Amino acid sequence: MAEKMQLNEVEVWDGNYAAAQALRQAQVDVVAAYPITPSTPIVETYGAFVANGYIDGEYVMVESEHGAMSTCVGAAAAGGRVATATSSQGYMLMVEVLYQASGMRLPIVLNVVNRALASPLNVRGDHGDMYLGRDSGWVQLDAFNAQEAYDLNLCAFKIGEDINVRLPVMVHQDGFVTSHTAQNIHPLSDDEAYAFVGDYKPVEEMLDFSKPVTYGAQTEEDWHYEHKAKQHRALMDSYTVIDRVFDEFEKKTGRKYKRLETYMMEDAEVAILALGSTVETSILAAKQLREEEGIKAGVVAPRCIRPFPFEELRESLAGLKCVAALDRSCPMGAMGALYNETCGALATIPADQRPMVTNFIYGLGGRDFSVEEAKRIFREQKANADVGYITTPVQQFSGLRGPKLGFYEMKRS
Amino acid sequence: MVGWDEVTHGVVLNSFEQEVENVAHIRPEERPYSDFSSYTATVASWRVIKPVYNRDICIDCQNCWVWCPDTSIISRDKQMLGIDYDHCKGCGVCVEVCPTNPKSLLMFAEAEDLESALSQWPEKKKKEKK
Ligand code: SF4
Ligand code: SF4
Repeated sequence: MAEKMQLNEVEVWDGNYAAAQALRQAQVDVVAAYPITPSTPIVETYGAFVANGYIDGEYVMVESEHGAMSTCVGAAAAGGRVATATSSQGYMLMVEVLYQASGMRLPIVLNVVNRALASPLNVRGDHGDMYLGRDSGWVQLDAFNAQEAYDLNLCAFKIGEDINVRLPVMVHQDGFVTSHTAQNIHPLSDDEAYAFVGDYKPVEEMLDFSKPVTYGAQTEEDWHYEHKAKQHRALMDSYTVIDRVFDEFEKKTGRKYKRLETYMMEDAEVAILALGSTVETSILAAKQLREEEGIKAGVVAPRCIRPFPFEELRESLAGLKCVAALDRSCPMGAMGALYNETCGALATIPADQRPMVTNFIYGLGGRDFSVEEAKRIFREQKANADVGYITTPVQQFSGLRGPKLGFYEMKRS
Repeated sequence: MVGWDEVTHGVVLNSFEQEVENVAHIRPEERPYSDFSSYTATVASWRVIKPVYNRDICIDCQNCWVWCPDTSIISRDKQMLGIDYDHCKGCGVCVEVCPTNPKSLLMFAEAEDLESALSQWPEKKKKEKK
């Protein structure tokens, strides 16, 4: 039996340490480690936990992130509870295997500490990597701060391992902003956390010699389409389990999570739609604007990037005047990913109830996103709302040095 | 063809129709292989040349059994019995690894019959003196 760790009611942890603690409390059987900045401390800390007897499982050093995810796939297929962590280039290298994991319906937990993609080389955070895996068939949860990184990791095991889901789950957090800044964290005790996550019940495990199975078979046109449809269906339907796990978590801790988080949206006229640590910055800006300038500002934030909260988004944004979808990644030749998905949800609303949507690219490669910048964005939405059309380019680069950069001017007809 | 709601979860294919104990001790022909098992499927029609096995020379070293990529060497109680032509694809690996002199396995044209193949077996090669 692994040693228990005595935790205080309030601990001071950064996002990485919080994630590592959640993995320890879930008593993961196999963690494959190939460290990459800024997620390194997750597996590093986990390694120390293993070395000090706090974990019974295996800690496997591999030769690359491709190897790390491959090890995870093998260990999960063998019947173990499995997790790892990555960022940026490492995540890119994992992508090929991410599809194997989800196609085989293996409930692996992957911590993605979001970081910019090279080149230019940059260890700071943006969401370029997050969007890279959005069609890979994983449940994707987004933590806006360190406490949430801890909480969502515990939820991730429970969601992915549910027999109605059986899909791998990613937990995102912002590189450095969340991963390396310490906050007060309210952890569960080891016993409570493990009781919440529950024992792992493997399904069709390869180490059950009385029932040999083949994983990852070749299917060609005979089966591929049907398997992908079934997998898509499982991910689409996983929201019921996600909701249930979030409910159970609230009952245990009082901390409430929703697939789409909304702040001050009851009477909002304009809104910012964002992910990651930017959500808290935007909430602060909205509060200040409400007090100082009377702008009815709200914030909407998908907690669950996959399955995408399509209906919830449509409901919370209908009737609004203006929405700014903030993308912390450069879409290269298109509108931002969050913008596009939001517009997809809104296209189902009758035109007279549909808000105007603009797209802000911001904070690339760790460029700071300030309350002032969020306020500027809110004010601009308000100005658009007042005149009733988009006065600025639809896509703008916020916080960029040099002349203004934007695309798609709206001509007033 | 099955519909999307009937395909197996995660493309996991069960080798057997039911659970089995001690598979290694059950003869292949007596195992309850499922339709998804490669045992019940054959792509041996790809083969253009085939290995022929000569019992008289074989020393039962099991090399061919270990190396055959298609588990097509039939061996019981460490004794070589021959080749499973339903699964052998004619790659020739077994012949390469056979250590006897002459080899106990040799490749012949697919159409060659066993008797004529055995009649053409080479003599033991003398070691060349330097
Ligand atoms: S030819 Fe290849 S497939 Fe056939 S028995 Fe020999 S090694 Fe196996
Ligand atoms: S490798 Fe040759 S000698 Fe060895 S068991 Fe096979 S046929 Fe016999």
